[in-house]
Amino acid sequence: MTVSALLLRACVVLLVLAGVGYALPSWMQFMLTMAMANGLVSLGIVLLMRGGVVAFGQGLMSAIGGYAAALVFLNWGVTDAVVLAMLGGFSAMLITAPFAPLLARYRGIFFSMLTLALSMVGYGLLVKTESLGGSDGFNMGRVTLLGQALADEQVRFGLYATTLVLTLVSAVLVRMYFLSSRGLVTRAVRDNELRVEYLGGSVSQTMSLNFVLAAFLGGMGGALAVMALGHIDPNFSYWTTSGEFVFVAILAGSQSVVAVMLSSLVLEMVRSFSSAYFPNTWQLALGIFLLLVIRFMPLGLGSLWSKTEKPSEKQP
Amino acid sequence: MNLALTILIDGVTYASWLFIVALGLTLVFGVLKILNIAHGSFYALGAYVTATLVSLAASWALPPAMSLVAMLLAAVLVAVLVAPLTERGLLRFFYGRDEVLLVLVTYAMFLMMEDLTKLIWGANPYYVSEPYGMFGNIDIGTQTYVGYDFMLVALAVVVGLGVWWGLNRTRFGKIVTAVIHSAEVASSMGIQVSRIYMLAFAVGIFLAALGGAFTAPMLSVQPGLSVGVIIISFAVVIIGGLGSIEGAAIGALIVGVARALAVHVWPVAELFSVYLVMALVLMFRPQGLFQRIQARKI
Amino acid sequence: MSDELLLHAQGLNKQFGAVVAAQDVNLRVKTGERVSLIGSNGAGKTTFVNMITGYVRADSGSIWLGGTDIGRMNPRQITRMGVARSFQIPQLYPSMTVLENMLVALACHENRLSTWLPAATSARVSRADEVLSRFNLLKHRDRLVSELPGGLRKLIDIALAMTGAPRLLLLDEPTSGVAAEEKFPMMDTIMQALKGQALTVLFVEHDMDIVNRYCDRVVAFYSGRIIADDVPSVALAQTDVRRYVTGVRLPEDAHHA
Repeated sequence: MTVSALLLRACVVLLVLAGVGYALPSWMQFMLTMAMANGLVSLGIVLLMRGGVVAFGQGLMSAIGGYAAALVFLNWGVTDAVVLAMLGGFSAMLITAPFAPLLARYRGIFFSMLTLALSMVGYGLLVKTESLGGSDGFNMGRVTLLGQALADEQVRFGLYATTLVLTLVSAVLVRMYFLSSRGLVTRAVRDNELRVEYLGGSVSQTMSLNFVLAAFLGGMGGALAVMALGHIDPNFSYWTTSGEFVFVAILAGSQSVVAVMLSSLVLEMVRSFSSAYFPNTWQLALGIFLLLVIRFMPLGLGSLWSKTEKPSEKQP
Repeated sequence: MNLALTILIDGVTYASWLFIVALGLTLVFGVLKILNIAHGSFYALGAYVTATLVSLAASWALPPAMSLVAMLLAAVLVAVLVAPLTERGLLRFFYGRDEVLLVLVTYAMFLMMEDLTKLIWGANPYYVSEPYGMFGNIDIGTQTYVGYDFMLVALAVVVGLGVWWGLNRTRFGKIVTAVIHSAEVASSMGIQVSRIYMLAFAVGIFLAALGGAFTAPMLSVQPGLSVGVIIISFAVVIIGGLGSIEGAAIGALIVGVARALAVHVWPVAELFSVYLVMALVLMFRPQGLFQRIQARKI
Repeated sequence: MSDELLLHAQGLNKQFGAVVAAQDVNLRVKTGERVSLIGSNGAGKTTFVNMITGYVRADSGSIWLGGTDIGRMNPRQITRMGVARSFQIPQLYPSMTVLENMLVALACHENRLSTWLPAATSARVSRADEVLSRFNLLKHRDRLVSELPGGLRKLIDIALAMTGAPRLLLLDEPTSGVAAEEKFPMMDTIMQALKGQALTVLFVEHDMDIVNRYCDRVVAFYSGRIIADDVPSVALAQTDVRRYVTGVRLPEDAHHA
């Protein structure tokens, strides 16, 4: 798909979803907002999955982005939603960048365990940091949009629209990245690292960049989630939160950005409805779902409509 | 001096049950090459079954010593009933697949077991604290310690030696060791690898459930137990080296003492210190202290 | 063939534990030469290739490419200096098409991997097509590599190495695993594809017919040492070469049996 076709499609989607969203009840707007915000975090995992590794530490990225946004809001009076979202992304990216080349050298379960450990280090630090609210975290007030304060009835839609726009922009950029040279080399790294080096490419640089981009997406997603929730706490960085982001990525597969958002929506819907109707079986449902996907649709939901990649031996 | 002793004793008692659990985890990885996220769920299962059995024993007015039998029985039940079901009914369909994929399968198992335990036992906590007082108290210096904790240390030593002996001094152990080194070669030598897998998994689960059973009197048995246990068990096996018995022991000691140190000296570090050590080990010596499995690093 | 010295390996030594893989290996290759490296398994040919391409570092000795010492460089750096290699077992990207494989090679060779510009620019696609057509692979361009038979995969492997317009090409057993009647046609295709490129080729080969027909110089290895280095007709007739490499049983050996 050419870039112009991609942009056109994105604009159409934007108009449709914005229009539809405007008519939806407030709780649905909230659910969609959370689905997209969390979807961005999972998109970071997908980026890394295309390079052959499964990251269990995106929870930490969303926590960094979320805390950064909330702190800047409270302490420096920055209230614009878009600015805060970008700030969340950049702070996660900056903190990760020095470690990226190191992390880029790991594969398989060691990579997963290392990112898991770092996620838990983050959790441990946050819980014990009283100035950040400790295990309770803290609340965040209402954001502004384009310089305007938002009235009560505008808040939900305002956040929804902001998240929608940022998600679509990210989706377009990520799609372009998939089609780019570096995106192609990322897939090559997953298939055969040795050959990439023997062709003059740098595996380390490619994976480091993926890591940094994933951090940005995670941070931005975290910031958007905090704005929608109005609250942040260390659980953002707990390993089970990271696990949920991985669940969405596996469900979606690594080929389609749309699939990631849809899968994230599925999780949100299951989460929302279950707490009302079947609180003791929603994790059971997720588990069964995950097993079915792994067993029967290992390339994820996205393989249903994307150009099929044949799975290589190294299939995460 | 007293503080050092307290830290040491605290650390060692914490390390005891952790060693038992981590040993099971490392054994399953060594033989089946599966890093089992649901290992903590079997720990929790052991604790829950213990809660049920101990209260049953109490309602039948059985002597307090029967609680220990109940704990052992709980672990055996979990290993004999649940483990084969899981391994034969679920895991074996994914053998040979990518190792991270198997981690995800066990993650799905973890999710499922979380809710299954809630469905069976409900969401409210259970308390089985009577057995904790069974061994009285012991005074060392100016501190009083609970006798039960020392029993745990003894149990850990017995379990460790038992597993070591079983692996290194029995014929069965030699077969298992062969499978650890190469399932393919073992299979071509006529060993029924699938049977070994099932047995090794059952032993690993037994150890997890045993850990849960014997620590049940020390905590409140409630949903979420598995979540904390698995993550700290991971830390132990990564630090000690995947697949290594000595590694599980040393790793458990390091984690136990590090945690005790943090709790008594620098509480802020209590939670993240262990994971920081885990991350550092992964960065600088990814094969752990006792190399068994080669780390995948470029 | 010019008189310019392209590759100069001097005094290379390499030991893996108790195994001596290279012992005082000296080799000078001029630009444009077609050299074949022969020797039985374990004789040291692959170790030599690995040292040239940076996969393995020699214990001692030096390797010069043109005027640069490449002895300490890693594979990526050496590739960027104009050295390319193919592999005994083709190293490809199985989940991608032939064209995508070539695009990866082109992308890797470029200095800056553009983060958002597309990989499949018309310039790159035509360059890929051009290399593919030289190997008669154009008709397979959009097929998944994992679906193609071994012989084609070997050609793709070499085509990938060629995308970067290297100065020195190392082919590791290009016809191994290929059916006997396919070997000559395949070598013809390869040599045809290499024609007109300012290229120096070293290839590891076991088949003496191929060696005789396609190269102008033979270097024979045994136990990590070079035991012969001459034109095929001379080198292959040497007693040592016949005894240790081509496997001809000599009359005098019968007495020692």
